Amino acid sequence: MNKADHIIVVKDLYKYFGDIKAVDGVSLNVERGKVVVVIGPSGSGKSTLLRCINHLEIPSSGEVWIDGEQITHDAKQINEIRAEIGMVFQLFNLFPHLTVMENITLAQKIIRGRSQAEAAQVALEQLKRVGIPEKADAYPTNLSGGQQQRVAIARALAMKPKIMLFDEPTSALDPEMIKEVLDVMLDLAQEGMTMVCVSHEMGFVRSAADEVVFMDFGKIVEQTTPEGLFNNPQHERTKLFLSQILAH
Amino acid sequence: MAEQPQAIKPVIEIDDLSSKKRFRDLPFWFFALILIAIFVFIVISSNEDYNNAFMFIKAGLIITIKTTLIAFSIATLFGLLAGLGRISKNVIINNLARLYVELIRGIPILVLIFFIALVGVPVLVGGMNNLGFWLTERGLGFLGGIFTKITNQNISMNSRAIISLAVTYGAYLAEIFRAGIQSISKGQMEAARSLGMSYSQAMRYVILPQAVRNVLPALGNDFVAMVKDSSLVSVLAVRDITQVARLYAGSTFRFREAYVTLSVMYLTMTVVLSLLVQLLERRLRSHE
Ligand SMILES: Nc1ncnc2c1ncn2[C@@H]1O[C@H](COP(=O)(O)OP(=O)(O)O)[C@@H](O)[C@H]1O
Ligand SMILES: [Mg+2]
Repeated sequence: MNKADHIIVVKDLYKYFGDIKAVDGVSLNVERGKVVVVIGPSGSGKSTLLRCINHLEIPSSGEVWIDGEQITHDAKQINEIRAEIGMVFQLFNLFPHLTVMENITLAQKIIRGRSQAEAAQVALEQLKRVGIPEKADAYPTNLSGGQQQRVAIARALAMKPKIMLFDEPTSALDPEMIKEVLDVMLDLAQEGMTMVCVSHEMGFVRSAADEVVFMDFGKIVEQTTPEGLFNNPQHERTKLFLSQILAH
Repeated sequence: MAEQPQAIKPVIEIDDLSSKKRFRDLPFWFFALILIAIFVFIVISSNEDYNNAFMFIKAGLIITIKTTLIAFSIATLFGLLAGLGRISKNVIINNLARLYVELIRGIPILVLIFFIALVGVPVLVGGMNNLGFWLTERGLGFLGGIFTKITNQNISMNSRAIISLAVTYGAYLAEIFRAGIQSISKGQMEAARSLGMSYSQAMRYVILPQAVRNVLPALGNDFVAMVKDSSLVSVLAVRDITQVARLYAGSTFRFREAYVTLSVMYLTMTVVLSLLVQLLERRLRSHE
């Protein structure tokens, strides 16, 4: 048997903020091309786990390996690894002083060393993928939330990352805009992108997730498939959480 | 349909209120200033004593403008560096920046000007001379020569005045830059870092362009303040308009003409600049 191809390996990860154990001993492997969805109550450490994966938070202890390389505290290496990991935030975090096009070309030019023409071409491809090429010259403030989030996805994808992290990408959106963002994410999952998503969109879990991780109090309580989650949750806390989510 | 007449009434009231408010908000002080300015200009141009005073004092205008412009440019650089230092996670840089800001802001500007020009610069020159000797002893005479040749006489009072104002204002501008950078949401830095940018790349391309834009009006206000504070360099016998006015008053005993003219000159500069700052502020806000 071939050893599974784990592009993300998280080993005994702890992250404390003072007395708060945000991540309290988590180990998690993600296979290349798979989609893992992390669910759990607010404050359970989902964001912190995600942010430790691309080292936006420095772990208190434990290891994170990305594609065979352990992330150390060496700043140069971290920057290089981060360029391979796209991240999409709850509040979009587009650069408001730049146009959509400039938002997507900036890092391509200074990190990937692409020319303006190359970068613009990649940007346009990505804008087409997310369905808003006509917004290239708009400023973020003139876009709807759903459009902004799609630009944020395009901006991350333009770096041609190996991994995409999504931290509640639809929870700041008006309900009518959630689908347009989820559709983009679904396409991406089907194209074989490795994704770790914090999301409580159960429709997305059902149709895109290969694995679901349920976190509570900084720990992984349950790790299963979508079918396992919906039909046969093992732990009381998982059942309770699901009943609260699905009651909405 | 029945609700419509009710809806119209408050609208009229609001309109009424706002026109009253608009009247109250008119810049009467500004009209008064303009009237005073016109009055004084007529006096200056028609009264020979005032005319003489103005003709004499305006010789210092170049120095006042040059001192302010150069000192403010350097202060902006100092302020930006110190502001970045204030938010740095590096303990040494952070504390050095804090020390600079607190030290300067705790001392009156007039005292700082004396101190930097008459104590700081000579100490610096002495230090550079020593560095020069040290280099020469180690066989680096070509480099050492540059430093040993500097004397206190090389550094004019005009330059010392500029250095003093720049060092002083750098500390004030540092706090403006620090606040401006901290006003940018943390998510901006995180988004930039997540794309692979280093801290300094994120600062340069993402944070500072937004921060600087936010602090432009505050910088403008401090520029106006520096135009006024530049008058303090007259204590170093730098021949700015204040110094020239003092000389004129001292030699002719026409104190009233000298100081009225001097005040009007400052007022004209500061009012015009303040207006420009307000225009800039309005433009920035309308572009948001
Ligand atoms: N920068 C921080 N400083 C202090 N506490 C934090 C910080 N970030 C997260 N926390 C705390 O860590 C815990 C986990 O937070 P988070 O990972 O954001 O949870 P989730 O994303 O599941 O809602 C929470 O108790 C939160 O208050
Ligand atoms: Mg979160």
